[in-house]
Amino acid sequence: MNNAARQYIDLLQENRALFDEHAAPVLNALRDEALTALKQNGLPDKSREEFLHTDVSQFFVPDYGVNAARVNRVNNPQEIFRCDVPDLKSRLFLLAGDTLCPTPQPRQLPHGVIACSLREAALTHPDLVARHYGQAARLDDGTTALNTALAQDGFFLYVPQNTTIEEPLQLVNIMHGKQDFMAVRRLLIVLEAGAQVRLLSCDHTLDKGKFLVSQVAEIFIGENAVFDYYDLEESTLETRRVSSAFIHQAAGSNVLVNGITLHNGCTRNNYYVSLDGEGAETRLCGMAVADKRQVIDNYTFIDHRAPQCTSNELFKYVLDDMATGVFNGRILVRQGAQKTSAMQTNRNLCSTKEAHIYTQPQLEIYADDVKCSHGATVGQLDNNALFYMRSRGIPEAEARTLLRVAFTHDVIDMVRIEELKERLRQLVEKRFRGTLDKCAGCRICQ
Amino acid sequence: MLIIKNLHAAINGKEILKGIDLTVKPGEVHAIMGPNGSGKSTLSSVLAGNPAFEVTDGSVEFYGKDLLAMSPEDRSHEGIFLSFQYPVEIPGVSMVNFMRAAINAQRKYRNEEPLSATDFLKMMREKRAIVELDNKLAGRSVNEGFSGGEKKRNEIFQMAMLQPRLSILDETDSGLDIDALRIVSQGVNQLKSDQNATIVITHYQRLLDYIAPDFVHVLYKGRIVKSGGPELALELEEKGYEWIKKEVDD
Repeated sequence: MNNAARQYIDLLQENRALFDEHAAPVLNALRDEALTALKQNGLPDKSREEFLHTDVSQFFVPDYGVNAARVNRVNNPQEIFRCDVPDLKSRLFLLAGDTLCPTPQPRQLPHGVIACSLREAALTHPDLVARHYGQAARLDDGTTALNTALAQDGFFLYVPQNTTIEEPLQLVNIMHGKQDFMAVRRLLIVLEAGAQVRLLSCDHTLDKGKFLVSQVAEIFIGENAVFDYYDLEESTLETRRVSSAFIHQAAGSNVLVNGITLHNGCTRNNYYVSLDGEGAETRLCGMAVADKRQVIDNYTFIDHRAPQCTSNELFKYVLDDMATGVFNGRILVRQGAQKTSAMQTNRNLCSTKEAHIYTQPQLEIYADDVKCSHGATVGQLDNNALFYMRSRGIPEAEARTLLRVAFTHDVIDMVRIEELKERLRQLVEKRFRGTLDKCAGCRICQ
Repeated sequence: MLIIKNLHAAINGKEILKGIDLTVKPGEVHAIMGPNGSGKSTLSSVLAGNPAFEVTDGSVEFYGKDLLAMSPEDRSHEGIFLSFQYPVEIPGVSMVNFMRAAINAQRKYRNEEPLSATDFLKMMREKRAIVELDNKLAGRSVNEGFSGGEKKRNEIFQMAMLQPRLSILDETDSGLDIDALRIVSQGVNQLKSDQNATIVITHYQRLLDYIAPDFVHVLYKGRIVKSGGPELALELEEKGYEWIKKEVDD
């Protein structure tokens, strides 16, 4: 085991009572198992194949503070943050680190929907939470084991059978504070059969310090349920983020995941999608814009466990300066998962010689009646298009910006919320113009 | 307006243009004809500033300015327009955004305010009518999924929007059926004035039935080997290029 994990193991062992005291028993129940797993595996470094290009254990080396005693750091979160998607009529939930801050909820949620802090849910609906909490997360990845060992709170969403929440839910995660710290955040989302929800989760860093976000999302999608998950990061160069989403889909369900890294420091995202029931459909897409020394490592694993499921994967990277991008796309088609359709595409623009992209498709197919494809490209902007635009009087820099925005358009087109699509186009364009170096939605930045 | 002297140009070290001399005055239409591989398209690319080509000798003056020293975008701002033989498809960039960027860059170069959204759309509508370009095409990505004829009409539409002083039409007739050819030529003729000039590059005489040239030049092996009036084009149509090749090669 490497040293990075040591300090967290010690932290938990020395302050176990404090962690337990400020968290619900359902969460405390998993700490021992997670701690054992963490001791066994340590935090992943490059010796593990899935982490070949990014030493994630290094993210954890600095001595970040962990707010185990739940000291309230944010007094008036709405004063510092407001939603920046114009015309988006969403329900806003605000997480400072892992703590849900009260936000006005002008309309009532449909009957039976539970949307609250994970801690509250674990106390008021312990059975419901216990049935799902820790059931999807895989402890063999040290970062998930660490999250499970230390987790105290986060966000919980439960949507009963055949219930549709019309407005998108927006979960704004802010990292805010004068000291460096680490947020251990946990999301638990359960959609019963036939439920429909769209969730926009935005990570923002509001201050200059060093922050580490450890997030584990467990998402259970019932039969024929429809779920959109937009996972957006717009943070700072000093931010480290390790996020894992574990998604289980029952028969006939339809899930869209769109992971967009607009601005960051070093990021590792894991998306595990398990297609458990017949006819489940998933669209897993994402894009990353990186320059300077930014690092974006996306690992995806789509597990076709049942017949007649469809997965469609599209990831695009635009890398400049000395940025590094990693895309690892594993697709497993198990024996018996006949009539599977699995498509994977990864396209990358590397603008400089110093920018790197590592792309690795990994298809394992054990069924014989399937349709699978994968493709990866790495290139530069099309010189013919560039000259064509310049010959019309469009200055070279502007032409490059338009072409880069255009490169990302099919990922943004996947978005199923019109207002968000429009806003994302603008944000991406701003990013390419170099005017997006801080979060647009917070008052202290303006 | 345009004075080309002893122009030499190469691509990947291979010399294609080997000493072109040509003078174009406002109001004139010049046709440049010649067999395949003679350097016609290279000449148009070099005039528009395609960085793939390297000018190895000679000079090009445009209204007294050194054209070869300018970026492609500045050449456009100065009034050069190239209608591409193969217009480029640009997925994800809408025609509207593309044209707006082009028009506003031109206006900025001339120290004019950007066009308001209303004025811009009105301009788009007016110019579209000249080449009967469907409104639906204007909403799509640049040239993406356009037919051959639509692409060429789109070129002339852009020409109408940018109102160049010198238009270079590179094989605009290639891949056009007779109706599209008529529409494109009518568009070109409609935009013609005694203030602007046109260089028509073509392999066949056909286009010149629609766009009447004042001068016809034959380009062969990177040089203009013969110049004359419109009657030269008719002679070429009748006799082909062989006799000229023979004249030069002997």
